[in-house]
Amino acid sequence: MSGQDRLFIVTDEQISPARASTGRALIWAPALLLVIVALIQTLGRNGLMPEIADSWRPTLYAWAFFCTCYCAAQVVRDGEQGKRRLFVVPATLFVVSMVFFPLVFGLTIAFSDWNLSSVDGQKFNGLDNIREMWGDPFYWNALGNMVLYTLAILVEYAIALGLALLLNSQIRARKFFRVAFLLPLMLSPVAVSWMVGKSLFESRFGPIARVIRWFTGESPSFYGDPETAMLMIMMMDAWTFIPFMMIMLLAGLQAIPRDIVEASRMDGATPWQTFKEVTFPLMLPVSITAIMIRIIFKLKLADIVINITSGGPGGATDTVTSFIFREYRDRSNVGYGTMLAMVYLVFIVIGFTIFIKVAARWMKPRY
Amino acid sequence: MTDSSQIFHDHAVDGTHKMRWYASRIAVYGILIGWAFICLFPIYWTFTTSFKLAPDVMQGNMVPFVDFTPNWRGWHSLGLSPEALGQESTVRAEFLKRFWNSVIAASCSSLLAVVLGSLAAYGLSRFEYRFGFMRNDDISFFFLSQLILPPVVLALPFLVLYREVDLLDTRIGLILLYALTVLPIVIWIMRDQFASIPTELEEAALVDGLSVWGAFLTIVLPIALPGMVAAFILSLVLTWNEYFFAALLTSTDAVTLPVMVASQTGSQGINWWSMAALSTAAILPLIVIGIVLERYIIKGMAAGAVK
Repeated sequence: MSGQDRLFIVTDEQISPARASTGRALIWAPALLLVIVALIQTLGRNGLMPEIADSWRPTLYAWAFFCTCYCAAQVVRDGEQGKRRLFVVPATLFVVSMVFFPLVFGLTIAFSDWNLSSVDGQKFNGLDNIREMWGDPFYWNALGNMVLYTLAILVEYAIALGLALLLNSQIRARKFFRVAFLLPLMLSPVAVSWMVGKSLFESRFGPIARVIRWFTGESPSFYGDPETAMLMIMMMDAWTFIPFMMIMLLAGLQAIPRDIVEASRMDGATPWQTFKEVTFPLMLPVSITAIMIRIIFKLKLADIVINITSGGPGGATDTVTSFIFREYRDRSNVGYGTMLAMVYLVFIVIGFTIFIKVAARWMKPRY
Repeated sequence: MTDSSQIFHDHAVDGTHKMRWYASRIAVYGILIGWAFICLFPIYWTFTTSFKLAPDVMQGNMVPFVDFTPNWRGWHSLGLSPEALGQESTVRAEFLKRFWNSVIAASCSSLLAVVLGSLAAYGLSRFEYRFGFMRNDDISFFFLSQLILPPVVLALPFLVLYREVDLLDTRIGLILLYALTVLPIVIWIMRDQFASIPTELEEAALVDGLSVWGAFLTIVLPIALPGMVAAFILSLVLTWNEYFFAALLTSTDAVTLPVMVASQTGSQGINWWSMAALSTAAILPLIVIGIVLERYIIKGMAAGAVK
């Protein structure tokens, strides 16, 4: 096993039986404590014992204590191997406790009717949520919108690639342009939705409206009809995230060896041919990565929508996230919202698997 | 160009070349300046609007000192104008509280993510692990796959869980959640960083009697520090701007700046100047970071892109 390690270490470490059993005790004693605390709290919740606290905090502390001891026990019990494992164990425990538990817990919520503001608490209702989802036109509309939003990435990619090519060419003041182009990425979507969405594009006093009125003589409405509203949201989202793709593509461009490009020029390729036959194919892996990360960020799109249109007009700009957000805000129905989110996750996982498979086939060298 | 006193002069073909070169230069700089304008104008607009009064906004005055006289009204409503700074101000205390919440949540979660992520990335780049059926690639995938997990999936379960363990509306709850969201990105960046550091360095250190952790802390960490700074800054940007979780999980005590900005936009009064001031204050720290530490941000984003 250790023969495959990139960092090869030889030790003559002997772990004494006493040390090994201490290590084991260091795992099992906190585990036992955790179980006892959890048990006492569960009993307390069900009225079989006096409650020791009004929240599950003690159990949480016991869990944290167990995690700490588990990390320490790695070294005590396994010595050198444990020291190596100690690099990965904290992050793994962190992710497991922060993702695994909520997901499992989320599954139980998803199959229940649970209104947080009512006193009834959780009521399991089987497949009712799925049935409700099936007949919910707004959810499917939101999913459809997500497809459109995701398709807009192609346009963003084209712009980002163009900008990256320009930044990579022989220009002056490159640093200024790079910083200027990067700045929109620094801004919070919420601030952007006010700065751009609500003030620049304000239909009475906003400068853009003023310009349009000056040209056409009529007052524009940016969020009135579905198409324009969606286009506006796409544009604002693109504005903040084009720098992201641009920087990644720029890094890819700079990694292309100069001599390849020069050789193609020597062979008489026009700039367009050089781009099409040399640069673009070489950029394909970076492009796929950039687009993939961009899709990931796009699927989270909500802040701008929530703050500017809150899904309107008539659900035209709704994203899945903003829809669920409103679903919770308006009806505080946790169960239904969680079910929608879980279904969304399933769609995403399926979509990504297909995307990665296709991309892998596409990226394979053709020669 | 074709002066008769000149013996050697450019051929006509070269002349067209030059023309074309100039034309392409003009086009290139035109596009660059145009896009820079698109990027910078909203920021400029917000910044100047924070010094405007209602008439200035309605008349669409753009250039300070020429079109309109700058005024501290917007900043005064935040308690941040020069004359308000001397006095007690509840608005300012409110704003500073939120600002401070944002600072703590963003920096602590980034720090936590960088520490956990760097350790994991280092381990994965140096050793072969086997946890049950999980090998190194599986563990990497396990971490990176968290990226595609949309926040909504976790949001409502966390809402309920946090209510149970009494972490709703606390900074520590936000910190933990934010650290989770940026952890995959940190691991992604740091894995690349550590892979580019030759193992011979650690081997030498081990021969000299350092332990694995000693070698990591004293030899590898200083070399990987720029990468860690890059990962930290990138996490900082993402967590500072995070709105969705903060809007769901905080209500009074732990409210962050984006939530504050969003709650102000809800009431569409025509108090543009105070909104502009608030927005400016919310984006200013990151703009400064963006300008000063641009190198690191680019490095961080480029790290994963190029293998």
